[in-house]
Parts: sequence; C-alpha cells; structure tokens
Amino acid sequence: MQEIFNIFIKSIFIDNMVFAYFLGMCSYIAVSKTVDTSVGLGAAVIFVLGFTVPVNYLLNEYLLEPGALVWLGEEFAEVDLSFLSFIMFIAVIASMVQLVEMVVEKFAPALYASLGIFLPLIAVNCAILGGSLFMQEREYQSLGEATSFALGSGLGFFLAIVGIAAIREKIHYSNVPGPLKGIGITFIITGLMGIAFMSFLGIKL
Amino acid sequence: MSEQVQKESMFSPKNIKLLTDPIGKDNPITVQVLGICSALAVTAKLEPAIVMSISVMFVLGAGNVIISLLRNTIPQRIRIIVQLVIIAALVILVDQVLKAYAYDVSKQLSVFVGLIITNCIIMGRFEAFSMANKPWPSFLDGIGNSIGYGMILVIVAFFRELFGSGTILGWEVFKSIGLYDLGYVNNGFMILPPMALITVGIIIWVQRSRNPELIKE
Repeated sequence: MQEIFNIFIKSIFIDNMVFAYFLGMCSYIAVSKTVDTSVGLGAAVIFVLGFTVPVNYLLNEYLLEPGALVWLGEEFAEVDLSFLSFIMFIAVIASMVQLVEMVVEKFAPALYASLGIFLPLIAVNCAILGGSLFMQEREYQSLGEATSFALGSGLGFFLAIVGIAAIREKIHYSNVPGPLKGIGITFIITGLMGIAFMSFLGIKL
Repeated sequence: MSEQVQKESMFSPKNIKLLTDPIGKDNPITVQVLGICSALAVTAKLEPAIVMSISVMFVLGAGNVIISLLRNTIPQRIRIIVQLVIIAALVILVDQVLKAYAYDVSKQLSVFVGLIITNCIIMGRFEAFSMANKPWPSFLDGIGNSIGYGMILVIVAFFRELFGSGTILGWEVFKSIGLYDLGYVNNGFMILPPMALITVGIIIWVQRSRNPELIKE
C-alpha cells in the first residue's frame, strides 16, 4: 500500500510529465491560454490516463511481454511480442478515447460539454502514450501500482497546465518584449517552473 | 488540374518552396509549435538529437507519401485511426532498426522513439497537407518539415552539449583548447530539462526579432 502511495506522489511531483519529460507539451502550449480550457484539458488527461494505462498494463502483462503467453500453454513460453507494443498501445488509446467519449456523452452530459473538443484530441497527446510506455519501461509490479502511476501523472499534468494558464492570464498585462510575446515567454516560464519543480528532487520515497 | 500538373516540373519554384519554407519562416517547432515534446527531451547530447531527426525524417517522408497515396480511399470518420496505424507501423520499423544497429542510442532515446507516433508534427502534416495533396509535393513537404525540426534539435543539442559537457559528439572541445586550465567549469545546468525550454525560448526570441512579421498577438 505504501509503495502505491509513493508512486502516486513521485509521479505528480518528481517525475512530472511536463517538467521532467516534456510530455504533452504541444497541447500544454496550445491550450493554456485561459484557466477554464486548461482545467478541461487537464481533467480529460487524468480521465483518459486513468483508463488507458491499466488496460495497457494488462495487455502488456498477459500478451506482449516475453513469456507473457504462458497462460495459453507451456509451448508459448518462448514467444516475445513486445515489438508490437507501440501499435497495440496506440490502438487501445484511440479506441478507449472513443469509448470514454461515448460513455461520458451518455451518462455525464455536463462533463462532456465542459471537456468538449479536448477528448478526441487527447488520442494524439504524447502524455497518454508516454504514460503507457513509461509503465512498460519501469516494470510496475501490480495493477494498483500502474493505476496510481497513471492518476499521479495525470494530476501532475493538470497542475502544470493550470499553473501556466494562470501565469499566462496575468502576463497579458505585463510588458513583454515584442518578439518574446506568446510562445517565447511561455517556454521560458515553463523552464522556470521546471526549475521550481526540481526542488522536489531531494525527496526520497 | 491534371494538365497543370503535367506542365509543372518536379522542382518548380512552388515545390522548392514546400521544401524550404518549413526550414525558416514556417518552422514546425518555433512557428507552428508542433512536436515539442520530443524536441526538448532528446537534446541533452548531439548524437541522440541527430538520430531522432533522421528517424522523424524517415517516418514523416514515408508516411506523407503513403497517406497521400491513400488519401482518396481513407474514410473521413476513421482517418485518425488509419493515420495512427500507418505511423505506428513505420515507427516500429525505426525502433527495430535502431535496436539492431544503434543499441546505445536507442537506450538513450528510451520511450521517445515510441513517442514519434504521437509527435504532433506528423499528425499535423498528415491532416494539413498530405490528405489533400499529391505524393511528390507531400514527400517534399515531409522532408522540408523534418529538416526544419531537425535543425532546431541540432542547434539546441549543440549548445546544451557544448556548455553542459564541454564536448561535441563526444569530442572534448573545451579540453583540447585548454579552457579548463583557465579555470572554466562545465555548466551542469545546461543538461537539466528546464534549460532545454529556455534555449528554445531564446531561439524563438532571436528568430522573431529578425523576422518581425512572425510576431503575433
């Protein structure tokens, strides 16, 4: 249990998707103009990560890993399908996004209206595929660990994008040099936020 | 339409423009703001940056041609999934080749080879260009955009490796010109993630102050 909690905290602050690995940067820059939209995107990312990483964990465990097909019989113990993982993961993500979109539209129309166009866009957000690939690379031991990693990473992305959106709303009133306006200053501020987040590196979990 | 195309030579000014525009004033990273995730993550050293640029060039060039050939047969509703499958297949090829012939670099790039799949440059070019254009212009567009992408990667990686580790492609520049004897110390901060963002920010600054027409807002 403690291990699961540690992974959760670690993936929010120390291994933050945006500041430590630059994942989901494109939408991070493109959608962070106002706090409202960035809250929507952040929520959608948490949502989709929370679904796709556990599903991909099960796929990896019972289908793709070297020796994962043992449950079919002894003669499959040698099979290694890990080269298929990219295409499997992205297929799961694309279809899960579609599925989540339909379910949310049916059962939570208010949430659907607030997430709006962000749900379909998320299929091509690097943070989502990155979550699954990191899950595979770091070899999490159980479904619980994978899920807490997914939720933590999603929350980390949420914090980052809401933070930068708030700063960008304020910086609108500041006197930024012309050529640096817009994305230039956004990059530099993100760098500074990254430095701030690096202070969490000292935490030992 | 077809007559027009027949008259047009393979390297007409219009086609050349497709190749050169993304390098300068329509650069995918600094102007279109696409594909930043991977651009920042692999630039601590020059070698992975170059390998990454070549991989993206292969995926984008080949992918643009394939999509362009299929553009009239892909149903509109499922086009994203079709595009993703094509990219994923190409990326698997790249990944397997890297694992076989450049294992060290492939370890350094870790998940970022896989993340070429969700590199927004590729989806962006598919959607914006090759779904609506013939194979040859699409190929040029793909190569042009990946050169523009690679160029920024190489510039960022050059400065980060030079000041962060004092080397270029592993060759110890600062040591050979005797800078350390004068008391110079490597700036370890350059290798850390935040510095990549700040370097790109500065490149954007320089580019926009030289081309004021790029300034928006």
